[in-house]
Amino acid sequence: MQVSMTVNGQQRTDEVEPRMLLAHHLRDNLGLTATNIGCDSTSCGACTVIVDGLTVKSCTVLALQAEGSEVTTLEGLSTDGEMHPVQAAFRSEHGLQCGFCTSGMVMASIGVLADNPNPTDREVREGLEGNLCRCTGYHNIVQAVLKAAEAGPAAGQVPSSQQEVSA
Amino acid sequence: MSILGTRVVRTEDPLFLTRGAVYTDDLTDPRLAGAVHATFVRSTVAHGTVTSVDTSAAAEAPGVVGVYTAAELGDLPPVAPPLPFLDAGFSRPWLVGVGERVHFVGDLVAVVLTEERYQGEDAAEMVVVDIDPLPAVVGTAAAKTDGTILFPAVGTNKVAAFGEPAPEDFFADCEVVVRREIVNQRVAAAPLETRAASAAWGEDGRVTIWCTNQGAQQAKGQIAGWLGLDPALVHLITPDVGGGFGAKIGADQEYAFVAWLAQQSGRPVRWTESRSENMTGMLQGRAQDQVVTIGGSRDGRVQAYSLEVSQDCGAYPRIGTVLPTLTMLMAAAVYDIPKVHAQATCYVTNGTSIGAYRGAGRPEATAAVERAMDLFAAEIGMDPADVRRKNFIPTFTEPTQTSSGATYDSGDYEAALDRVLQAAGYDELRAEQARRRERGDTRQLGIGVSAYVEITGADSGHGTSENAELEVHADGTATVLTGTSPHGQGHATTWAMLASEQLGIPVEKITVLHGDTDRIPDGGGTMGSRSLQQGGAAVHQAAVELVEVARKRAAELLEANPDDLEVDLANAGLSVKGTPGVGVTWAQLAADEQLIVQTTFTANAPTFPFGAHVAVVETDVESGKAVVTRLVTVDDAGTIINPLLAEGQRHGGIAQGVGQALLEEILYDEDGNPQTSTFADYPFVSATELPSFELVEMATPTPMNPLGAKGIGEAGTIGSTPAVQSAVVDSVAHLGVRHVDMPATSMRVWRAIQEAQKGSTN
Amino acid sequence: MIPSQFDYVRVSTVDEAVAALAEHGEDAKILAGGHSLLPIMKLRLAVPTVLIDISGAQELNYVRVDGDQVAIGAGTRHHDLEKSEVAQAEVPLLPHVASRVGDPQVRHRGTLGGTVAHCDPASDLPTALLALGATVVVAGPNGRREIPITAFFLGFFETAMEEGELIVELRVPRTGSAGWGYEKFTRRENDWPIVAAAAVHLPDGSVGVALANMGGVVLRAEAVEAALAEGKSIEEAAALAAEGTSPSSDMHADVEYRSHLARLLTQRALKVAAGETEASTAESTAA
Ligand SMILES: Cc1cc2nc3c(=O)[nH]c(=O)nc-3n(C[C@H](O)[C@H](O)[C@H](O)COP(=O)(O)OP(=O)(O)OC[C@H]3O[C@@H](n4cnc5c(N)ncnc54)[C@H](O)[C@@H]3O)c2cc1C
Ligand code: FES
Ligand code: FES
Repeated sequence: MQVSMTVNGQQRTDEVEPRMLLAHHLRDNLGLTATNIGCDSTSCGACTVIVDGLTVKSCTVLALQAEGSEVTTLEGLSTDGEMHPVQAAFRSEHGLQCGFCTSGMVMASIGVLADNPNPTDREVREGLEGNLCRCTGYHNIVQAVLKAAEAGPAAGQVPSSQQEVSA
Repeated sequence: MSILGTRVVRTEDPLFLTRGAVYTDDLTDPRLAGAVHATFVRSTVAHGTVTSVDTSAAAEAPGVVGVYTAAELGDLPPVAPPLPFLDAGFSRPWLVGVGERVHFVGDLVAVVLTEERYQGEDAAEMVVVDIDPLPAVVGTAAAKTDGTILFPAVGTNKVAAFGEPAPEDFFADCEVVVRREIVNQRVAAAPLETRAASAAWGEDGRVTIWCTNQGAQQAKGQIAGWLGLDPALVHLITPDVGGGFGAKIGADQEYAFVAWLAQQSGRPVRWTESRSENMTGMLQGRAQDQVVTIGGSRDGRVQAYSLEVSQDCGAYPRIGTVLPTLTMLMAAAVYDIPKVHAQATCYVTNGTSIGAYRGAGRPEATAAVERAMDLFAAEIGMDPADVRRKNFIPTFTEPTQTSSGATYDSGDYEAALDRVLQAAGYDELRAEQARRRERGDTRQLGIGVSAYVEITGADSGHGTSENAELEVHADGTATVLTGTSPHGQGHATTWAMLASEQLGIPVEKITVLHGDTDRIPDGGGTMGSRSLQQGGAAVHQAAVELVEVARKRAAELLEANPDDLEVDLANAGLSVKGTPGVGVTWAQLAADEQLIVQTTFTANAPTFPFGAHVAVVETDVESGKAVVTRLVTVDDAGTIINPLLAEGQRHGGIAQGVGQALLEEILYDEDGNPQTSTFADYPFVSATELPSFELVEMATPTPMNPLGAKGIGEAGTIGSTPAVQSAVVDSVAHLGVRHVDMPATSMRVWRAIQEAQKGSTN
Repeated sequence: MIPSQFDYVRVSTVDEAVAALAEHGEDAKILAGGHSLLPIMKLRLAVPTVLIDISGAQELNYVRVDGDQVAIGAGTRHHDLEKSEVAQAEVPLLPHVASRVGDPQVRHRGTLGGTVAHCDPASDLPTALLALGATVVVAGPNGRREIPITAFFLGFFETAMEEGELIVELRVPRTGSAGWGYEKFTRRENDWPIVAAAAVHLPDGSVGVALANMGGVVLRAEAVEAALAEGKSIEEAAALAAEGTSPSSDMHADVEYRSHLARLLTQRALKVAAGETEASTAESTAA
């Protein structure tokens, strides 16, 4: 079947099998491999992307379910070579090691900050409860989100040509 | 100012954060164009004899390019255990054939190749495998009896034994003796990236293999050996790796199989396993049943300690079979115990094979002795911190031999404990605990103290050596080639810092390459916390040597005495001492002749990082649920090159230790069916179950390398596991509980309270 | 892991959904948020041949007051229920429980109708709906009918819906500022409950109490409710929480421990509902 969606600001129309998962569509059809797949039980969050302003686990959404939607992945976050505040904070706070959870963590963190621009340590942890990381012990991820919050509302948004994020 | 010791942010991050790293499944290498996808058909029965494998329907399924069973393997010999002293009867077949036995849920029976990823699962589902089940051997207690023998040709489930039984009078002169069976449970390494491999054969008769691993050179050697290939024909590339934690050391049979399939089918082949496949197929860790016995005097002096280990090796003995020797070596840990005994016996069972997992043999030693110390302290009614203090090996700066045979490099265990207790506010915690006990609060406080020492940079197949190549280019940039294999540790940044320190070339201009066996034929990879102390030291040595080469070359150019030249950091080159700017730049020096150094660094011996942890938990005594509220740690890894990254290693290690202590366990039912084979069932520690950590600094340099650095990759796990377990026990100790096995789940804690209340100390 | 092949039909109204169900018969399944269905399809534990996607049916997304009840469209996502001001004011138990389902990403997709239709004995919102004595409104080839929730959950993943029907609305009494408590006991915070207890003071003066994961379906704690109606103390009533349940034994809890948790959590939920204590575990906070 045909599916059309806006991905990182670009209109994309492709032919997909009905069972094609959004995560595989992004990775295999659109070549956006920052979105990773770490599990088969909707548990790890490595596949988190933002669809119409909300974080979702793209391994548990059919590509067809994103028909007409605005999709943002890690690749769509920086503008004019400038990192998104959450990306920048992950770097400065060493919020990533192997990087496998990172794309999903960054997207989920934007969702956390959209919902709550000034979260506490505990609120960040609760907001990231759907994302697993084996490397960092989450400590520096939490620090990165707290740091990104200092950047103000931009930390909870994706580039403006696209969408408002709510949570 | 020296760059060493500063918090340099990672040079690898901008790409990771904007485009994503490139893992094996992400590769778009042209050599993989037109690749087919491999999907394995695995046994769903833990133990049994295969009676038929019917591939006829699968062969007709859409997109199927090939279906392989044992019958199609030709003369490919089974893979012998990785250790020469193990019986070849334990060999693992590539695919279990009709009439042969499967030995665990996940054993390979067939494989299909399909044009598309999605077609693979459809076709694999159509392969019909019939298996006549045999009784399953789950755990070492069942294996020991030899009631059911996994490998009849071997005749016993016993794979290996290390050490002798303790003499009967071992504890004869002890006033107090405590003995206890404890479990160091089977856990999943669970790197977030599952296993993956791709292979393509070139027209030159060579194969290129991309796979996720912790050391390309070792993986290449294994694959060539298993397939009987001339190693010169194998080119192995390690793309970005999404975590390893020991489980990606070396190659797995599936990786070699992908190369074989590519050869057979004449097509490049890709394989990425699912998480469910990973949770049964990838090596798991720990899996020791232990008996600890500790004896001493009522004043708190420990006189004798014994550790008996039963190691579950899983279905096919892998590296986990020898890890108990590390457990034995480290049995006495930080303690000056006059008599130490350790022995281990290893068994095959119908579970996933056991390999290395963060700490690999050492956490098991620490968990055992720390539990023993707590049990001893409880028995004599002494504060656990005091008992430890009373028995520490005194501070030493010269290599010191322990009663279990290790030679420690440097240590100050009491100082580590003092620091962590002070940072935690130990006395106030005990006072708060007393108040809550007095009030009979529902939520009780538990305080766990652990002290540890571990061995890092031990020989894991590459001696204590690592090599490095350093080249300065005519454009003023530099390249480092290393035999280590970073997968999150940030070597690209730290190795650049080490080179920059000597050369004055900024880290952004230094590229670090690893994991390509054509460019770097030799290397020991990243495991056993060896990388900085050996690989980093090699980079340092290369940079020092390169400066010498450059100095001679510059002296000729400038017609100066080499001794009068020094590195000029400001001008990125060499200058005449005292007259900065008068000299030559790196670019000039590299312009005419290649400026390159290859070197090997060999450490005198392994190093022994140490530390002490305090864990605080709050336990709801009505439900048994314990929540970790604080983790305060001292992890002394000698000199720290990049504190930002070293802290990251500690954080990750601590979290994995909490995971083991509180949550994680691979479980089988009595038929050997895994109960925890997805992330929905396996309780991987998550952000909500952890506090932010309180790290306390301490750095006692080692004399074993010029950097003064010890390993930091695994220490956090080794310290936090027993601290958290101990805190849980402590939180309900006033109710009569002495021990709760890991993971200390709420049901276990609740039951321990019930039993203690019934009067039996558990 | 990926689902087997199926055909996909997108509908934008309830009528279209009913028509599509009639056309495709028993091999068709409704797809709402997909967060129960797709995970089991990926593991190939479910292999429907047609999916009828109702997520585009805007008429199913609402939370509104209707007389002395609150009416909630079946397509309402957990996240929307959690944030709904109407729900927060009129039936605060529900938005709280919605906030305790899974993780944010799951709540952004999962729907109220989906979680009720899925009929998992461990699910949170159905437990709360049961305590509230909700009504399930279904639509089918013969129009709409109402099913009391106490008659809806028939057995393990089995409901009172007939073939060709779908859930369109859930109706619950307006409890307003009356007390309620929800105690969800988990291993990790975002997990499904090992056991959960919901307690809520209802407009008719009774207290509704329901339990998750104490049997093949979510259960009303009838013995507890009866004891409270007789004027027994919270302690006495909660001691009866495991009566009439048939909990399973698994790696998290055996029967004895589950029964203990049922009693403990029921007592805690009742005390919170009565305003006697704050929600007592870190995992559970009540207003
Ligand atoms: C990682 C994860 C964690 C979760 N944690 C929890 C948790 O802690 N607690 C909890 O309660 N739930 C949890 N859930 C389940 C979640 O709440 C689901 O979203 C919900 O159970 C199903 O809603 P859905 O809209 O996604 O339904 P779908 O998956 O779309 O459908 C589920 C079933 O209901 C049917 N169906 C859907 N809508 C209708 C309708 N209107 N009429 C008739 N039939 C319909 C479908 O055909 C299917 O059989 C979790 C899910 C995931 C993936
Ligand atoms: S891959 Fe989507 S949640 Fe794990
Ligand atoms: S950085 Fe490796 S999983 Fe998070």
